[in-house]
Amino acid sequence: MTDDSTGRIEIDDLSIAYGVNGRRVEAVRRFTLTTTPGEFVALLGPSGCGKTTVLNAVAGFVQPSNGTVVVDGEPVQGPGADRGMVFQQPSLFPWKTVLGNVEFGLKMRGIKKTLRTSRAHAYLSLVGLTGFEDAYPAELSGGMQQRVGIARTLVNRPRVMLMDEPFGALDAQTRLAMQELLLDVWREVRTTVIFVTHDIDEALFLADRVVVMTARPGEIRDVVTVKLARPRAAEVIATAEFMALKARVFAQVREESARVLPGRRR
Amino acid sequence: MRFQNIPTPAEVLAEAVDLFGTAGFYVHILASLERIWLGFAIAGALGIGLGLLIGWFRFAEDTLLPPIELLRPIPAVAWVPLSIMLWPTERSSIVFITALGAFFPIVLNTIHGVEGIDRQLVRAATSLGAGRAAIFREVVIPGALPSIVTGLSVGMGVSWLCLISAEMISGQFGVGYFTWVAYGIVKYSQIVVGMLVIGVLGMVSSVLIRAIGARCMPWLPRRVKDGA
Ligand SMILES: Nc1ncnc2c1ncn2[C@@H]1O[C@H](COP(=O)(O)OP(=O)(O)OP(=O)(O)O)[C@@H](O)[C@H]1O
Ligand SMILES: [Mg+2]
Repeated sequence: MTDDSTGRIEIDDLSIAYGVNGRRVEAVRRFTLTTTPGEFVALLGPSGCGKTTVLNAVAGFVQPSNGTVVVDGEPVQGPGADRGMVFQQPSLFPWKTVLGNVEFGLKMRGIKKTLRTSRAHAYLSLVGLTGFEDAYPAELSGGMQQRVGIARTLVNRPRVMLMDEPFGALDAQTRLAMQELLLDVWREVRTTVIFVTHDIDEALFLADRVVVMTARPGEIRDVVTVKLARPRAAEVIATAEFMALKARVFAQVREESARVLPGRRR
Repeated sequence: MRFQNIPTPAEVLAEAVDLFGTAGFYVHILASLERIWLGFAIAGALGIGLGLLIGWFRFAEDTLLPPIELLRPIPAVAWVPLSIMLWPTERSSIVFITALGAFFPIVLNTIHGVEGIDRQLVRAATSLGAGRAAIFREVVIPGALPSIVTGLSVGMGVSWLCLISAEMISGQFGVGYFTWVAYGIVKYSQIVVGMLVIGVLGMVSSVLIRAIGARCMPWLPRRVKDGA
């Protein structure tokens, strides 16, 4: 549904430091990454390594201390609907129905009611929520809320969908179902995705490329290309190819995590 | 203690039947209702409006909050003398007192509601294409609404308190005035009828506020106590 030529993100030499009462906390250091349009990239790294910060820079919520973020040739100046965000906490508007949430972006663009309702319906059916239009977020399970969040973002047809551990709060079963659903949706609505997680299986299962980050300040430690055939089903995680990738990533993540949580010596 | 002065329920009932049969009593009730309605409406409009501004805009907080904090500890009743001097009619001075009393809980709860809004929702709205005005309309106002309704509900109670006090001190009409006069002319059963009328009116108005609040916020879960 999206033009194949949009969604090229160029992150060049990105460094971000936060100033906290005079102290400088360096969150991201010299991060360089270019995505091709329609690519699915996972960011993997230990807690506090700067994953969210990288997403926030692409979303336009934080300014780089150094370096640039360019999306389809336009430098990122601030937040915009061309770069949609799906948060770990679903962050739906509690006072809007499911339909109202999904329509929100269209309403902001001044699209008239009948048109936005029909488009919102299409995206709700894509995430399997037909029939829940009039429910309020509080009446939905966590997984359903996250599906609303995905529909709400995609209805804007963003160049990029930024996802910050969107399934992190879900139980294992739901999480797996959501991963499969996300891949199905992404096949229909081709958009570039940057997906943050600290679950190795999740990163490898979903992504075309997995970017492994170091402990804070987050630098790129490794970029792993995942050539597993698509469409992927859950069974893929038992294949030798998957296991080999996992072993490679696991060793690196373990090392980086150990730097965050010292104390256990071997 | 002089319990012998307390009228019996039968006397009170007889008195109530009598009073509700005279046009004069309704004049008192209508005068009080009109003052409550006016005072509360003014307090609501100002309290919600200023509360939203103070809660959302730094400059509004810096300029408007200090004077509000300064005036807040002064009980509304303490304003009665100044208010009588300030306003041309008895009606306007009592409406002023009523509005003043209700204003503080409304404005403070509104500020509290705005400040409690989840920043993530604001971010979500901006990355869905919302501009400043849209964020105020679509996120700030509905986000603060539960607190606003709480403020209105507390404010309604306070405005009755202020109304009755002001009427007792300075009125020529009103249920408060009626009750005070009944004391002066030693009509104990009228005192009790006056009090009961105040109680019923106060209760009805707070039930009304809560019902309207629930109507405006269909997304809030029903209270557990009410059953599934
Ligand atoms: N607004 C902020 N002000 C100050 N420091 C911050 C801010 N946001 C993040 N940091 C710091 O920057 C570092 C990176 O934070 P970030 O949230 O990007 O990490 P993360 O990889 O997303 O972590 P997690 O996996 O726990 O979500 C952390 O040390 C954090 O404490
Ligand atoms: Mg994070």
